[in-house]
Amino acid sequence: MEWLTETKLPLGQWISSLMNSLNEHADFVFYAISDVLEFIIENTTDFLLWLPALLIIAGFAVLATVLHRSWKLTAFTVLSLLLIVNLGYWEETMQTLALVFYASLFCMVIGVPLGVASAHRPWLYQAMRPVLDLMQTIPTFVYLIPTLILFGLGVVPGLISTVIFAIAAPIRLTHLGISNTPKALLEAGESFGCTPRQLLFKVELPSAMPSIMAGLTQCIMLSLSMVVIAALVGADGLGKPVVRALNSVNIAQGFEAGLAIVILAIVLDRICRRENSQTTGQ
Amino acid sequence: MTNAVEFENIDVIFGDRQAESLRLLDQGRTREQIADATNNVLGVANVSIDVPEGEICVLMGLSGSGKSSLLRCVNGLNSVSRGSLRVRAGNDMIDVTTCDSTTLRNLRRKNVAMVFQQFGLFPWRTVEDNVGFGLELDGMGPTERRDVVREKLALVGLDQWAHKYAHELSGGMQQRVGLARAFATDAPILLMDEPFSALDPLIRNRLQDELLDLQEKLNKTILFVSHDLDEAMKLGNSIAIMEGGYVVQHGTPEDIALRPANGYVADFVAHMNPVNILRGRAIMHRVTKDQRNSSGIIAIEDEGMRITVDNGTVQAVHSAEIGDLKLIAYDGTLPTDLDGTDNSVVFVAQDDVLLKDLIDMRSITQNPVILTREGKISGTLGRKEFFDSLT
Repeated sequence: MEWLTETKLPLGQWISSLMNSLNEHADFVFYAISDVLEFIIENTTDFLLWLPALLIIAGFAVLATVLHRSWKLTAFTVLSLLLIVNLGYWEETMQTLALVFYASLFCMVIGVPLGVASAHRPWLYQAMRPVLDLMQTIPTFVYLIPTLILFGLGVVPGLISTVIFAIAAPIRLTHLGISNTPKALLEAGESFGCTPRQLLFKVELPSAMPSIMAGLTQCIMLSLSMVVIAALVGADGLGKPVVRALNSVNIAQGFEAGLAIVILAIVLDRICRRENSQTTGQ
Repeated sequence: MTNAVEFENIDVIFGDRQAESLRLLDQGRTREQIADATNNVLGVANVSIDVPEGEICVLMGLSGSGKSSLLRCVNGLNSVSRGSLRVRAGNDMIDVTTCDSTTLRNLRRKNVAMVFQQFGLFPWRTVEDNVGFGLELDGMGPTERRDVVREKLALVGLDQWAHKYAHELSGGMQQRVGLARAFATDAPILLMDEPFSALDPLIRNRLQDELLDLQEKLNKTILFVSHDLDEAMKLGNSIAIMEGGYVVQHGTPEDIALRPANGYVADFVAHMNPVNILRGRAIMHRVTKDQRNSSGIIAIEDEGMRITVDNGTVQAVHSAEIGDLKLIAYDGTLPTDLDGTDNSVVFVAQDDVLLKDLIDMRSITQNPVILTREGKISGTLGRKEFFDSLT
């Protein structure tokens, strides 16, 4: 057995020196990305905080009513958000909302086209699968360190880590939705003279829409589950009081901040979730 | 007569070893042997059929006989391995086996429409938007589209349902939407892939009737796939019966019913109900051409009947047993004042009358039915012809 342990493969060193050289030679790229993202997110947060809390709550209420026509959901949304205000976590909630919004946005903007492309090209999906598995299973802290080095402290490494963690869901679900488009519908589309582009936009994407929307809700949930991790690298939001509570063994604070995260998660999930009664294929 | 679709020596093979499979096919190997040797599936072998404009041609056979595979070649959903398949587009014939994708797409948008077995409606679109799908692809604006869609929905009797979703409709109504969608582009050629097979028999029958009514108005060229000979006989101007990828017989419904080409066809025919398909002229005893234009007496010896004709028009009928018979012109319904048997009458009917109606007539009188075409006698239908047709 000694021959096996005699010379250790410098796997960790390779990654480390890759990071170092990236940091040395391309740091301006990462700093530029970091600056732009930080600017966008912070301005969004500032805007959300500039608006009166009650207006935002009213906005959520309207959204819930219009999308779901259920007074129960509307009442739940209003009451639970008011509870957050009452507990004093409104500012952190808005910071988290901005982070989750942009994380989900990036995930969808990158993930849906990738899902479509991989559904049309089986070799691409074969190539992507191990990467997706890796991104979902590798402990978050492992890539938290390099993103921290490359992008510096703050909300941006939190955002990047969140995107890495959450993007697999929309890719997989878009792939699933597109490749499960019923053959009969594809043929109907073709037989009436669809161009490949029309086939995608008028047949495949509408057919995959429930699955893509499921990808979005999953993406939001996964992003929310990352807020505490993101707080570790300095992202503002509901994660911070949780981390602080952990450090100071403050049960009260930890519970309240945790409850706020749960409330935000449930509200976003219920509002984004589509009833699947309408569009069931044959 | 001009052809709308011409199949010429069409072979279709599914799989990636086309050349090898075609060689085996040319050596006369069967579908099973080809599958064993190359893992490829023989879909269609050496089919040559012409479909004239305005005709309903039914491709008929058991599942796996290649009928759907052949149909789907017409709009390029299946690709042809060898042979030439020409489809009419205006004054041109386009060979879909060699044309480029833009030409094929235009053919699909303007000349060939399709109706599917499982309807193939888009569940996220309303009835109206489903019907307008082909027009939308072709870039027609929404207001113009709405008018066309309304017109086509009215055609199939669904104008009240424009804003429903497909799944809110019954199966029969969904297939009417499928029909309206196919009519919407005004394509002169219609491909129907077992369109009524998923429906229950009553609805199926009704839709068949509606299709025939619409065909009177629209005069499309229809290629219709069916596994039901009764349906084929009812709808088809011609029927191509397929087995194992080959067309084993192509002819009129009467040809198929009366002169099946082989045991496979005969098997089908044995299981169908002939009374709704066979017409008098297919089973009658024909009078000669001279008799048809003569004046005088035509005798039917074995029934003991003498028919007096004047330049082909039936004047009187005399029976050896009963004497002079009363002539009744059959116009689609039986006279109500006759009940039970009455051997003192004789029916005169058009020779395209269905066997079903002839049976009704025979239930009243034992006398032969006299058949005419354009007012002149064309044949007679006695006991012998009856039993021959039913066995």
